[in-house]
Amino acid sequence: MRNPVFILLLTVAAALVFGAAKLIDNAYVFFAGYVVLQYIVLSTGWNILGGYTGYVNFGTAAFFAMGAYSTVVLHKLVPELPLPAMMVVGGMVSGIIGLATGYLTLRLRGTFFSIATLAMSVVVQTLITNWSFVGGSRGAYIVRPATTDYLDIDYIEYLFLLMLALSVIAVAVARAIEKSRLGYGFATIRDDELAAEASGVPTLKLKLLATALSGGFMGMAGAPLPYYVTYLDPASGFSLSYAVNTIAMPLIGGTASWLGPVIGAILLGTLQQVATVTISSALSLLIVGLMLVGFVILAPNGIIGWFSPKRRT
Amino acid sequence: MSEALLTVSGLGKRFGGFVALADIELEVRKGERLGLIGPNGSGKSTLVNCLCGTLRNDAGSVRFNGRLLDGLKAHERTRLGMARSFQLPRPFGTLTLAENLRIPILYVVQVRGAVHDIDARCHALLDMVGLADKAHQLPIDLTQIEMRKLELARAMAAEPSLLIADEAMAGLSHHEVDDILALLMRLNQQQGVTIIMIEHIMRAVMQFSQRLVVLVAGRKIADGAPADIVRQEDVVAAYLGS
Repeated sequence: MRNPVFILLLTVAAALVFGAAKLIDNAYVFFAGYVVLQYIVLSTGWNILGGYTGYVNFGTAAFFAMGAYSTVVLHKLVPELPLPAMMVVGGMVSGIIGLATGYLTLRLRGTFFSIATLAMSVVVQTLITNWSFVGGSRGAYIVRPATTDYLDIDYIEYLFLLMLALSVIAVAVARAIEKSRLGYGFATIRDDELAAEASGVPTLKLKLLATALSGGFMGMAGAPLPYYVTYLDPASGFSLSYAVNTIAMPLIGGTASWLGPVIGAILLGTLQQVATVTISSALSLLIVGLMLVGFVILAPNGIIGWFSPKRRT
Repeated sequence: MSEALLTVSGLGKRFGGFVALADIELEVRKGERLGLIGPNGSGKSTLVNCLCGTLRNDAGSVRFNGRLLDGLKAHERTRLGMARSFQLPRPFGTLTLAENLRIPILYVVQVRGAVHDIDARCHALLDMVGLADKAHQLPIDLTQIEMRKLELARAMAAEPSLLIADEAMAGLSHHEVDDILALLMRLNQQQGVTIIMIEHIMRAVMQFSQRLVVLVAGRKIADGAPADIVRQEDVVAAYLGS
């Protein structure tokens, strides 16, 4: 399928999702749906680096929270700035952090890279905790407006709509990369960097591009968070559960293609939301753990691995 | 004699206190078939890695096609027309055979100028090494010799002017060695590719090379016609002991 056709179909699907949520006519659907959509963006972003190039990033929370804290800063400095613009800024901030992290750590391979990203996450959290302008460890309060100037809908519906649009963009970008020259280059990095260089692939440049893109999407996913939670403190913004969920979702869905993270995010994200309401919120991490164990055994290449014609080992 | 394609002068490489290569002088002319031999640990692969940019040489310089290569990364050297096959095959494991060959076409040939039918090219290359019917399989399904052939095909996909075949025949049977040898011969004679062959199988080296270079303990000890070289006393001593 050609990219424009795919984007059109994706947009139609997104419109249907929004329409269906409107039909149910319950604000909670938007609250829960927002989180699922946010995880579609996060895991799709993560997969650009982790799935396509094979560099496992444990620092999702840092990129995500930096997007959120960019919004806190912008809210204090230029409150009149529309949220989509704040998302772009948040994405740029996290993209730049991704680029810097990439430059500093991409000489590390495998587990060592993962540990470095985890350490980076702790460092960034410490910096934010000690920065009183954004509330420090006390956290920051943001009053969520009742509605928005641009559309005549409830603000939570507006947030949902923005995240829906971002999901469409993220998935479209991930899919476009996958079957492009860039996607093939990423795959060679995942398979064998030495052979990739010998085949003319500029590995360092591509890895930096992947970290920046991946970080950028995570930052954009985090940017609306302060308006969603209305109170943001470092402990919740940098919560390890973001990192764990974001790794688990692509692994469950399958990392080799754009569809895997989407399936994983919808499945796991929805399950967590349902469990939060029906049982308890503490259960959601247990679900992630159990699902991961189950899928490692039943579907080592994720759900899409069951349908993939290529045998991947 | 035609002009030099590759000129190595005063090349040296150390790993800590260990001198892996010292004062290597080497010239390879366009269209030549050069054999590079030496006992294990004599620095053959280190030399290849320095030529291809995988390792940085500490001393000396490498000139290729009239261009100084110092400081260029491996992928930049590949784009200039230097390709290599690895001693142990390193295919892209999650890509099919056809996709494996697609990479150098996308990242080397297409950088030089537009390529129209990439699929046809991949197929032609696979056909050249006799793997056309496995185009959509993964490298894990291949046998050792097929893996070597894929390795050579991928190097050739970059349309190089110099091919460095690092032990492309190690571990293969008599018949399979002839197979690879014939393939390399065709590349040299029909497509005019200059080839440096690093090999332990003397039968293959003697049959293939127009000139032989011998490395021992990181130094070049001989350079000349194969028949003369193998009679040279220090070469015999290096291999068999004096």
